[in-house]
This record gives sequence, C-alpha cells and structure tokens, in this order.
Amino acid sequence: MDDRELTVALATNLDSAFETLVRCHVDRVYAIALRLLGSAEDAEEVAQDTFVRAFRALGGYDGERVRALELRPWLAAITTNAARNRRRRTLDRRPPVSLTAGMTGRTSDGLPERDTIRHADTERLARLVAELPERYRIAIVLRYVDDLSYPQMAQALGRPEGTLKAQVHRGLALLRAAHDADEREELTA
Amino acid sequence: MTADRVTTTDAVLETALRDLRTPAPPALADRTLVELGLADQFATLDAPIGPIQVAWNGRGVSLVGRADEGGFESRFATEIGRPLREAEAVPEPLASAIRRRLAGDRRVRIPLDLRGATEFQVAVWLKALDIPRGEVRPYGWVAAEIGRPKAVRAVGSALGRNPVPLVVPCHRVVRGDGSIGQYSMGGPEVKRLVLSTEGVDVDGLVSLAGRGIRFVGSDTTGIVCHPTCQNARRVQARHLVQFRSLPQAVAAGYRPCRVCRPVASAA
Repeated sequence: MDDRELTVALATNLDSAFETLVRCHVDRVYAIALRLLGSAEDAEEVAQDTFVRAFRALGGYDGERVRALELRPWLAAITTNAARNRRRRTLDRRPPVSLTAGMTGRTSDGLPERDTIRHADTERLARLVAELPERYRIAIVLRYVDDLSYPQMAQALGRPEGTLKAQVHRGLALLRAAHDADEREELTA
Repeated sequence: MTADRVTTTDAVLETALRDLRTPAPPALADRTLVELGLADQFATLDAPIGPIQVAWNGRGVSLVGRADEGGFESRFATEIGRPLREAEAVPEPLASAIRRRLAGDRRVRIPLDLRGATEFQVAVWLKALDIPRGEVRPYGWVAAEIGRPKAVRAVGSALGRNPVPLVVPCHRVVRGDGSIGQYSMGGPEVKRLVLSTEGVDVDGLVSLAGRGIRFVGSDTTGIVCHPTCQNARRVQARHLVQFRSLPQAVAAGYRPCRVCRPVASAA
C-alpha cells in the first residue's frame, strides 16, 4: 500500500489502517529520532511518542484533511518536534565542541580524496551528526537519513527551500571539517 | 599520506549519511500498537481462585478469564478482535494493582479498556466496583443505584457480559432472592468459590434466602441493611432482626442503612 492509498484507508477506518502506517513508517521515524538524538533508548521512546501524537491528530482531522496529508513530511515534522522536546528535556545544553575548529571549506582540487568513509566510522559520523547545531542537524537528517526532497523538507519544517539548501550545505561542511579534523588527529597521534 | 591531505568529498559524506538509516528494533512496531490500544498482549497471573489470564493494552485491561477454562485467545478474537500476542508476564505495576484489587483494595486504580461497551454496561460494571470485598448486593440494587430501577434484567445481562471479571467484581451481585445467580466466568460454582475466598458466608446467605429473608436490622440502632453489609455483620446475634422486604422493615420503624443503601425491589 503506498501513502496515497494509506491516507484513503486512514480516512475510512483509522483504527484498522493505523497499523499499516506504523509498520510502513516505523523504520524511518526511528532512524530520524535516532540520528537527531544519538541514543537508541530515547529514539524508541520518541518513535512511540510520534505515533501516539499522529494517531491523536488523525482522530481529530476530518476525512478530507486526512486524505490530503503528505504522510512522509507530516510524520517527519512530528518526529522532529518530539525529538526536539525530548532533547531539550534530557540533554544538557553545552554547545557542540570542535565542529567549527579546523574548518577549511570545500575540498581543493588535486588533493587525494578518500573514496569511502570506513564502516567503523559510522558510529563516529553518527556522533558528529548528533553534535551538530540543531538547525543543521535537522536539515541533514531529514535530507539524507530520511531522504526527503527539499519541497518535502520545506513542508515538514515550514522553512523556505533556499534556507534548507543552505542549512544542508553548511551542515555538510561542518561534518566534513569535523570528520577530517578527527582523521588528522588520528594520523598525527 | 600526510595528515593535512586527508579530505572527504560531499558525495562520500552523503553516502555515509544514508548509511545511518538504522532499522527500528523489531518489537517497536508491536509495542507501539499495544500502547495505542490497537493491539493487545496477554499473560497469566496467579489469583486466589487459581491462575487467570489477563489481556491489556495502553488504554487498560481489556479481557480477563480463568486460565484453566481455556479458549482465552479465541474469546478475545470473537469479543474484541484486535491482534493479540502472548507476553511473558503482566507488567509489574499492573500485576500488583490487580493483586491488590483482588485482595479487596478498592482504591487501587486499574485502567480498563471498555471500548465497544454501551454506556449502560459501563455504568453497571462501575457500580459493581462500589461493592466491598466480602459483601454482595442484589441486581435490583445496582439497577436502582444507576438510576434505572426497572432495568433489573438488563443489569443481569450486562454483568454476564463483563469482559473483566474479578477486576470488576460482578460476582458480588447476586439474585434478588439472595441465591447466588449466574456467573460469566464459569457458572454458579465458580461464583460461590470466588465469594467464599472473599469471606462471604455463602451457605449462610443461601440459607437466609431459602427462608425468604432479604434484609437484617439491629434492634439497638433501628437500621436495616443487606445481610452482608459490614454494619449488619457487626450486630450481635441477640439484637439481629430479620426482614422479608424493605417495606416490612420500614413499617417496623427501621431506616435503611446509609452505607449499603437497601432498596425495595421486586427482583
């Protein structure tokens, strides 16, 4: 069942169709929450909370509004809000460290480039994502982890596409710089 | 390679970011559906009358049955119809709340999921919760208490459909003539057993009923009660007066007890 059919089913019988919504979207909702929060335990709670909020919201919408929903950006927005609330409640607010230090901008031509990020680096990249300032973190996670298009992101976050493209660009630059700084540290250590 | 020559391209980074799509733990979807009340779990719990099976979801307890009766899952499928999965155990806060409720603690809150029930059924079931452990009331009393004094038979059938027996003590409602009456969770014998474990003198009650006695009073206080009312049970034998009906007691100058609130009822 694709999302279009799913919204029709949700508008017809919320209780029976909602299970399909959970099963179709649980992986991406969890992945968004996990990468925004950096903690599997928090991500599970936020994913559950997201579906509870979605269920309540759908219960209050009329059929026309449910049928018109774009489920992907809509759920991404709920997940993002739930994760943001959770992070504000549970994490301390110290500014992310070492992300802007050593920023060099784009790769210069002529330098050998690494063609992969080693698999073992996944966790380190996840940590760097979780440490990004919020606006870049959300933009990066929705763009790459959730694979939303810029129009979908604009819909989910209520920000202009241009702003989001700039935030993604800036987020990538911060990650690249932090990642390369880590690498250099390793090599010179 | 020298340290200052390590760089990462956006394309490499983008691929690595896409690899951060970790799938959800397998149980998350099921747990979420249970939390929403779109699916239920069940497990077995020890009760004074033997093991019972309890189904629940995020909204509350949805079905209770005796484990040795069998057919719990098919009953759930017929009566409720949501997906049902067996769990290892009833989660501890709920299990201890049920144990306390069965031990007579009426203040302990147990959320119930009574979706699909009528307003009348819910009113009847909640009223049964007002009857203390060790006491019984007639169907007619429940009908009067919920403001539907003529709906005595409907009270009986609502109690027969109680999905959460023991947790909602429908066994504490008996026939107007004092005999035990039907019980959804295994018939009159089980009802008798449950009441006995709660300290009701079932034989005494049946014997009073056999002699047509519906109410008892105290000639020192001039108050008339249901025979199992805590106030009636405190009356010494030499002061105990027996009545066949409430009008008979009132005519003799007795006033109805404010705790057990006896009503005149034909049922």
